[in-house]
Amino acid sequence: MSYGTPASPGVYGIVAEFDSAEKLLVAAEQARDAGYKRLDAFSPFPIHGLSEATGFNDVRIPWIVFMAAVIGCFAGYTLEWYTAVIDYPLNVGGKPLNSLPAFFPVMYEVTILMSGVTAFLIMLALNGLPRPYHAVFNTPGFERASQDRFFLAIESTDPQFDHAGTFDFMKGLDPLAVSEVSS
Amino acid sequence: MADKRPLNDVMITGEQNYRSIDDAIGSLVIDPKRHKYPWYVMATLGFLGANVLAATVTWLVYQGIGIWGNNWPTMWSFDIVNFVWWIGIGHAGTLISAILLLMRQPWRNSINRFAEAMTIFAVMCAGMYPLLHTGRPWVAAYWLLPLPNIMGVWPQFRSPLMWDVFAVSTYFTISLLFWFMGLIPDFATIRDKSTGRVRKVVYGMLAMGWRGSNRHWHRYEQAYLLLAGLSTPLVLSVHSIVSFDFAAGIVAGWNITVYPPYFVAGAVFAGFAMVILFAIPLRRWYGLSDLITLRHLDWMAKITLATGLIVGYGYMCEAFYAWYSANPFDYHMSVYRRYTGGYAWAYWSLILCNVVIPQLFWIPKARRTESTLLIVAVVVNIGMWLERFVIIPMALLDSYVPSASQPYYPTFWDFAMFAGTVGFFTMMMFLFIRFLPVINIFEVKDLLYKILGGKAPPLPAEIPAGAGE
Repeated sequence: MSYGTPASPGVYGIVAEFDSAEKLLVAAEQARDAGYKRLDAFSPFPIHGLSEATGFNDVRIPWIVFMAAVIGCFAGYTLEWYTAVIDYPLNVGGKPLNSLPAFFPVMYEVTILMSGVTAFLIMLALNGLPRPYHAVFNTPGFERASQDRFFLAIESTDPQFDHAGTFDFMKGLDPLAVSEVSS
Repeated sequence: MADKRPLNDVMITGEQNYRSIDDAIGSLVIDPKRHKYPWYVMATLGFLGANVLAATVTWLVYQGIGIWGNNWPTMWSFDIVNFVWWIGIGHAGTLISAILLLMRQPWRNSINRFAEAMTIFAVMCAGMYPLLHTGRPWVAAYWLLPLPNIMGVWPQFRSPLMWDVFAVSTYFTISLLFWFMGLIPDFATIRDKSTGRVRKVVYGMLAMGWRGSNRHWHRYEQAYLLLAGLSTPLVLSVHSIVSFDFAAGIVAGWNITVYPPYFVAGAVFAGFAMVILFAIPLRRWYGLSDLITLRHLDWMAKITLATGLIVGYGYMCEAFYAWYSANPFDYHMSVYRRYTGGYAWAYWSLILCNVVIPQLFWIPKARRTESTLLIVAVVVNIGMWLERFVIIPMALLDSYVPSASQPYYPTFWDFAMFAGTVGFFTMMMFLFIRFLPVINIFEVKDLLYKILGGKAPPLPAEIPAGAGE
């Protein structure tokens, strides 16, 4: 994903710190307009419009969860059908062995179970979590990214990345601080 | 009604910024001094209760379920009453976290975390009952779950009891995931705020390396919304299926089509009462009244009132069916077991608790006074327990074979186990208050950000910890 070969070895990127969400949004848009592609923004809460501003999009999760739901539904039905029709047929009050209406609740619950568990796990997997170490944690003051500060990173894997130029560009975005972060 | 300078539509009051929110909530985890004597008293009481539970369960497993008052024809009694009651209490948590999220009710952001915790602990308490009701919980695995076994038998999937197993276990799993997922960014906040080594490591492991990246948030919000969308029909299905345990049976008084909606409404009714019951001490003892405002309590009281009216309609339907169905058994059960007879006090107290007293919530002042709210919340919880008591043993003891009908008396152990689960629940809730962020930190920040119309809050004036009051 975002962890390709860095242009300058040993450098994760240039990280700028902002004191508000709207400054981060403006900065992300400017960086994108300037042609930077490998942007990442860090904030204590989700900010709407930030994905658009950094040019990030990912629509895989809903599709994967939908597929998990379909699989779950069939798995639930298969379980019921196999146990009630094939392996342990039991005549209850003359009802058909394959009594579909009575099978719906369990099919439904298995559908929800499969898709819910998948939604959780796929979120972690696509985000690359758990991941104990990440270079961005080297940024000075980054512990406030989960509290009240907003960070914008231009990664060194960006084709347009060059040390001095990117550093100066970031300085022009009205940040509180800019730092070069080693990986 | 709002006391201080209102910042907004009174969903967050006081002069707040991201830092003060962090401090008000996060310090509950980081700073043990924020926990005063009420915490120690409640946690101790809960711990004692949990010990009562342990002792009861030990005796139960050793001796068998004969220590309970259950007997033919009242095969289901306190065990199932408590199961249904606890499951119902859990429902408010999911309703707040999922349904109100989908309906874009941002006021839920400051109450969803502890309501979800309540769900999880309530479902734990609920789950114990059917398991122990089997008498041999260690072999219940193949009775309840489709596990291949040497006898070649499988569970009966046409039975609502099997549906119940799947519904409740799915409900527990999904609630737990939903809750844990909401906690991940807050674990990161605690990790970054704490100074102690142990806390940093423990919360750091729980946060799993969350760094608040926009890519994380993007996928996180997708998955969170999907989980909410999945939990919404799930929560409705769970209590519907619980009601099928009864409605699909041929016992007089159970075989009624109004049961699913009536049970779901009753669950939300009891659940919201329980949320109010926990929210008031929480805001009072921990100075969180700027985040859990009177507006929140007011809205929760309104939901309690509305669901209470649905439940009242359910009682009317039951009475109507008993008469209009012209089924003599239904009629006999309703008139001689519920409205008159030895246990009529239970029925009429439940009407008083669930239908009459909650009408107080029509009065705006009652919805905004902590003492009234607390009293009504307790009354509603008692009422909902009585409702399940009236539904389950009262219907069962009126057997189709008149000679089999005999009164039902709970034993000491019935009460001990119920008290034990209440204690366990209290203990878990107070451990939760001590060790996990009790309000969703990032969602409250998000709420503050949105309330301010996307503007930055006033810059931190280095507010001291415990900024709530």
